[in-house]
Amino acid sequence: MNNTAKIIIVLTLITVISGGVLAILDTYTKPRIEAYQNQIKSAAVAEVLPKNVKVKIVEKADMTFYKATKNNKVVGYAFEVSGGGYQSELVLMVGVTPDFSEIIAAKIISQVETPGLGTKIENDSANKEKPTWFMDQFKSLKVDPAITYVKNAKPSKNTEIQAITGATISSAAIVDILNKQIKTAKAVINK
Amino acid sequence: MKDKPAIQEFIKGLWDENPVLVQLLGLCPTLAVTSTAENGLAMGLAATFVLICSSFLVSMFRKVIPGQVRIAAYIVIIATFVTIADRFLAAFVPDISKSLGPFIPLIIVNCMILGRQEAFASKNGIGRSLLDALGMGVGFTLTLLVLSAIREILGAGTLFGMKIMWESFAEWGVMSQAPGAFITLGCLIAGANWINKRRKA
Repeated sequence: MNNTAKIIIVLTLITVISGGVLAILDTYTKPRIEAYQNQIKSAAVAEVLPKNVKVKIVEKADMTFYKATKNNKVVGYAFEVSGGGYQSELVLMVGVTPDFSEIIAAKIISQVETPGLGTKIENDSANKEKPTWFMDQFKSLKVDPAITYVKNAKPSKNTEIQAITGATISSAAIVDILNKQIKTAKAVINK
Repeated sequence: MKDKPAIQEFIKGLWDENPVLVQLLGLCPTLAVTSTAENGLAMGLAATFVLICSSFLVSMFRKVIPGQVRIAAYIVIIATFVTIADRFLAAFVPDISKSLGPFIPLIIVNCMILGRQEAFASKNGIGRSLLDALGMGVGFTLTLLVLSAIREILGAGTLFGMKIMWESFAEWGVMSQAPGAFITLGCLIAGANWINKRRKA
């Protein structure tokens, strides 16, 4: 067997076997990975919608809404919003009232902000009683005309939250994402 | 090399030829993911798994793989095991998989692993190659564990997520970020060199 043929045969064999092994592996791991992602998502949906409601998935114009109903009355919508933070993509699940005027609650699904600063948007270990105080501020927050933030002061309006000291950009990014994308979602659902 | 006792191939990776402290290989994951002991350990074990499996196959087929395409062949073999490790972590320990992020796929280009294939597994029998891979892997894992433990204790006051520092301890924020990785690794390498110099003298 000449050398060129050997090279081709050996490399082909290695890659084919490798591909085969990975394909078999994928059939085992894929369902588990997908199940985990769905679990995270449905846990987040449950957290941002009122308790004891029926949740139905509604697809509209590339957006997925989780419509919550109680006694056949719509009591809220949940949907995913995302955008750039200080150094990472921020993904949030947000629940709003049926008229999109008030946030029921919002939860961060993923973020990789600066450890110890930007990560306080999800978990502020310096605040021992309420490490999630930042996202808690969005509970029952009005979004009309727009959410605003203040620094180093207690919020004074029902559309206002307090930004995290040292992580203003991350805080502002969340406010910005929610302001813009709740409006977009409202337009989509009312179409 | 053949006249050395086989166990020597294992022991050398722990200290004398430690991949991180002496050979300075595989520094990218060493610096990037060692902010917590859990991540450091997971990265070390994942790299060790890939190294052992790749060394085994490369050593087994070392006479079949043509010299001109050996690097390509090694990379495919390594990439296969990295993908196995990556999918496995994502399916069974999703939290660790999430915090290691892209650094698991990047084990493919970890020069410690390719380096062992080229320098050792392609020239030695299966038994010695496995011992060599195991030694290098354990050396790599232990170094990452020490590095990440120091960083987690000083940077977050915890070890494996458990609080171990006193209540009023102020966390050194810099330790959990990139500069902390460089500072700690620099101190470790300096310490290893100092010990080695004194041992020789």
